[in-house]
Parts: sequence; C-alpha cells; structure tokens
Amino acid sequence: MATDTSGSRSFVANLGKVYGIYTGGFIAFTIVLAILEQMGVPNRWIGYAFVFLTIFVYAYIGYLSRTMEISEYYVAGRVVPAFYNGMATGADWMSAASFISMAGGLFLAGYNGLGYVLGWTGGYVLVAILLAPYLRKFGQFTVPDFLGTRYEGNVARLCGVVVLFCASFTYIVAQAFGIGIITSRFLGIPFEIAIFAGLVGILVCSMLGGMRAVTWTQVAQYIILIIAYLVPVVWLSTKLYGIPIPELTYGKALQQIATLEQKLNIVRSHVQPFTDATGKFSWVEFNNFWALVLCLMVGTASLPHVLMRYFTTPNVRDARQSVGWSIFFIFLLYFTAPAYAAFAKLEVYQNVIGAQISTLPAWVQSWSQVGGLLTINDANGNGILELTKYAIAGPILDLGELRINQDIIVLSMPEVAGLPYVISGLVAAGGLAAALSTADGLLLAIANALSHDVYYKMIDPQASTKRRLVVARTLLVGVAILAAAVAGTRPSGIIQMVAWAFSLAAAGLFAPLVMGIWWKRTTSTGAILGMIGGFGVCLYYLIATHYFAMPLWFGIRNISSALFGLPVAFIVTWVVSLVTAPPSHEMQEFVDSIRVPRGEVRWSGAAHE
Amino acid sequence: MAKPNLTQAQHDAYWSKTSRLMWTILAIWFAASFVVHAFAIQLNEIVILGFPLGFYMAAQGSLIVFVILCFWNASAQNRIDEEFGVAED
Repeated sequence: MATDTSGSRSFVANLGKVYGIYTGGFIAFTIVLAILEQMGVPNRWIGYAFVFLTIFVYAYIGYLSRTMEISEYYVAGRVVPAFYNGMATGADWMSAASFISMAGGLFLAGYNGLGYVLGWTGGYVLVAILLAPYLRKFGQFTVPDFLGTRYEGNVARLCGVVVLFCASFTYIVAQAFGIGIITSRFLGIPFEIAIFAGLVGILVCSMLGGMRAVTWTQVAQYIILIIAYLVPVVWLSTKLYGIPIPELTYGKALQQIATLEQKLNIVRSHVQPFTDATGKFSWVEFNNFWALVLCLMVGTASLPHVLMRYFTTPNVRDARQSVGWSIFFIFLLYFTAPAYAAFAKLEVYQNVIGAQISTLPAWVQSWSQVGGLLTINDANGNGILELTKYAIAGPILDLGELRINQDIIVLSMPEVAGLPYVISGLVAAGGLAAALSTADGLLLAIANALSHDVYYKMIDPQASTKRRLVVARTLLVGVAILAAAVAGTRPSGIIQMVAWAFSLAAAGLFAPLVMGIWWKRTTSTGAILGMIGGFGVCLYYLIATHYFAMPLWFGIRNISSALFGLPVAFIVTWVVSLVTAPPSHEMQEFVDSIRVPRGEVRWSGAAHE
Repeated sequence: MAKPNLTQAQHDAYWSKTSRLMWTILAIWFAASFVVHAFAIQLNEIVILGFPLGFYMAAQGSLIVFVILCFWNASAQNRIDEEFGVAED
C-alpha cells in the first residue's frame, strides 16, 4: 500500500487475496492457540494473545495506510469496492452494544427486545432509497458539507456540525466505556487505565491514514467479529439439535422455553409481544416499541459516521450496491442474536434453576466469580437454586436466588456450550473489534467535521494541505482523549447512550438531508429553523426527563425522544420554506444534477477540489 | 453546462420513475417495519418449526425483507439509469 493513488488501485485489485490470506491466518492463529491450550498454556496468556495480536494487526494496517493526501485521508481515495465497503460499514455500524449487549437484551425482554433488531437493520432501506446515492453523487467529504452547500452558507453547516458532534460524541463515549470493560476484564487492569489503553488501540488505526486506514482496518475487524459471534452459537446448535444452523434450530428452543415457563410459573412469556412485567398486554410497551423502532431506523439514516462510508465508493452505482452488502453483513449478526438469547434462556431454565447449588454448571460457577455479573444467593438455605421471583431491573434479570446481567450472555456462551477457553478469547477479540471499529468511525466523523467544516471551510480557507492534515490529526487525538475522560466517569448504560445518539441525529439531520434532495422548494431558512426546532425539542425532552424528572409525554421513554423532534423538524422546514422565497435557479439546477448519476455536479464551488 | 444528454422533460421522466420506485420500496418497508408487527399477537397463534410467526417476523422475516429491498433497489435503479442513458461508465 503505497501512499499514492495508483498504489491504492493495485491494492484494491488484490483485495480478495489479501483478506483471504488474512482470514486463513487468523483461523490458523486460533487453532495454534487451541493446541497451546491443550498443552497447558494458562488461560490468561491466551486472553493476552488475542487482545494484543489483533490490536497489533489493526495498528499495522493503519500504519501501512498512512497518507498525506486530502482525498485519501477524508474518503479513502474513493476506490473502495461495494462489497468491501459493505463489510467496513458492518464493522463501523456494529458496536459493543450490538455485539455484547443486544443478545442479552433479548434474553431479558423477549419479544419487546426485538425492537432493537428491527430498528438497527431497517434503517438501511432508508439510507439506500433516500440518501446514499445522492450524497455520493454530491461527492464532497462530510455530511455538513452537503448542508453547507445545499443551504448556502456556514449557518447550515454549523448547525450540522453541532448535531453531528452531540450525536457522535454521545455514541463514542458509550464505545469507550465498552472498550474499557473488555480490556479490563481480559487484561486484568483497572477500568480507568483500560480505557486509555483502548484509546491507543483506536488512535493507531485512524491517526496516520484517516478514512483510508479506518476502511481497511474495519474490513479486517468485521471478519474477526463475525467469526467470533457465530462460532459459539453454531457449535451449541449442533450440540443440542445436530444442525449447525442456529437461526433454524432455536425454534425448538423457544418451544422448550414455553413448556418450562409453564412448569416454573413464569408469567412473562419469552415470545409474547408488548407485555409488561406481569405478562399482560400493555399499551405503554406497545407504543414504546413503535417509537423505538422508528427512532433507531431514522437515526441509522442520519448518523454521519454511517453516511460518510458511502462517500468512499468509486461511483453512485457502487454506493447503492454497497448499502445492500452493508445490510447483508449486518443481518448475519442480527438474525443470530435471538438464537443466542433463546439458547441462554433454555440453559438457565433447564440446568440452573432448581439445581443443587453444589452441582451447578461450570459456567455459572466461573461467572459468579466476576464482580457482580452473576450472583447466587440461597436465601432459604436449602441448597437448591429456586425461582422465587421474576423481575427485570435495568440490565439485570432477577430470579430471586439468581441474578444475571445481560452483558454476560454473549461472553459466557463459549462456556455454556462447553467450548475450550480459546473460544472465550476469540469472543473477546470479536467484542473488541466491534467496539474499536465503531469508535474509529465516530472519531473520524467528529474530527473531520471539526477540521474540514469548521477549520478549513469556516476559519481558514487558505490553509495548506499539510496544515489541514495536521489540524485534522490534532483534533482526532483531542476528541479521543475527551471521550475517554468522559467515559472514565462511568456514565451509566451503554445501550441507553447509544439510543440517545440515534435520536439526536434523527431529529437534527434527517429532515434537512432528505428534504434537501427530494423537495427542491426547501429553502435555507426553512432547513436551518427545522434543524434547530427538531434538535431543540429532542434535546429538551431528553434532558428534562433524564435530569429534571419531567413526566414522560404519552409514556414514551427518552431513548425515543426523536419521536417528538422528528415531526417538528419536518413541519417547521416545510412551513418556513413555503413562506420564504424559493431557492435560486442555480440551486435547483444543483439539486437536479445530484439526482442523476452521470454528469457533473453543477455548483459554483464544485471545481474547488 | 447543459444537463448531460437529458432534456428537462427527460429529466422529469427519469425523476418520476425514480420517485415511483422510492415510494414503492418505502411502502414495503413500512409494511415490514410496522404493519406486520401490529398483528404480532394474532400471528403468534401460527407456529412453524417451533417459531411463533409473530416472533419470527420480528426476529428474521422483516430483516430478510430489508436485505432484499436494498439489493432490489440497486438493480431496479440501475435499469432506470440505463433506460435513460445516465448510468456511469
């Protein structure tokens, strides 16, 4: 990988070979560790090997992809083929929340948890039909670039940057938190130090090579995370039902769960939709399900770190195709997550509840020793683990004498399946890949908006290439340290923070992006007021309900606050656009030109770069 | 610079075809995202391979629809592009 564009091209021509060898190498590495484990190498060293080797590989790819060219740094030279951009988007997209927490959330909430599965996949349809091809045709570097051009000026650009910063920063704090948890558990170092160790891992991937480095690292990270997610659950499916397709076999597990629920008198059925804790239908759960699905989907189509991935494909056709590959690679993990949940629940109902405490399965023993994630308390002292209640408190399933945190479902699966420790190391490497890749994408989105949109476009348009790249890298480090410092204060709840980020982005960015492309009559004033109005309402609801105990509107939880911001953004933009003078002829020409794949983008600044 | 190879009328025809495809996919997306799951309780009465159908749709069925929609959009839009001669080289 040389630093010039022709080097990029020859590298791109060999992608299949490069990543084929890489995947083979990783599998060989896992097998070698498995053999070493049988020969008596301690578990601790296997954990180290996975964490350090994978981070080293990412760093090495980051180093090879170093660049001093603006378009390589911001959009990977626009040479990323649709298929690989799909993988990179998959890794960019799936974070610690998807990898570690989602299956656990399904384990806890049953059907109601499927709102996350739906919400985090369906948004790509919106990306594909409403935004990606047109943003690619526009062909600049960042999402605020589009706003600044379409809405003629730095006010719109700055509004875009503010929303981008709030949403992405909330998101990245959650990722830094996740990286801290994994690193501290598998390296055995304190959480606060682990966050900064993880930070180094993030920075080495993105600092020297920007988007180019992040792209090729994310492809590598996707390969590891998907192998790590699928291996334990495929193994378990084979062991339980003789068929290595968990997505097919967990129907049987669902039936067994239903039988056991009756036997154990559990009132809340795993598969029954929209139930509250008593197992009855609840309108509050019903409404919140829809609100969450909508906010997550629209948020998907508004988050700049996702949208900017489609700036890197060679052309518009590839951008569209690439959305298909993205959702396919994401789908592979998402349609497996409910199987994880079902197998884990079956195991707990079948082999843990009602068992002699002295003969509990090995995984329960080993996880009960890790601080507070799984606790056993034989309240009545009869030596048998009994189900005395059924409640969900935050991320914890409380069965009376047994309490389980949702975050251990994926991490403990290798032991549940009776697999060697090397698979636990593999899962840790997968979780780390998921968190690092998302953190990298977010960090780059924030730093690029600040360096390109604020510094270059607004403060110093005469800045030299070298100076722009120095500023970009300095900001990258600055934002990373800030995120790690905030994460170190342990703001609670990874999933909650992530869902907030989606709502903030949805309320602030979706309306101006979609209307700017699909409705030529949208005016600058309309879009700016719409952004401020939508984002303002969303932020107000979030802060007022979270910090000032404001009662919920219609019982909608604040993870779905975009439900109120989104209509405000659309209505304000629409009404104000109609009462202000229509956009100029040139602007209408510009919109026409980005709607068609072929031809130049007609805009006075288009020849700028 | 004139609109490459397209008159205003052709451009409008191109865009109305593109819009129609967008609204079609959006309608299917809406059905798969929301309408189906409004009947989840009733669908759960039907059980296939152990999966209650309402649960299955939210866990897998709708997701498969989303994947197909994205690939279908890519190929259908390509056909429209080629029909109007605006596909990239």
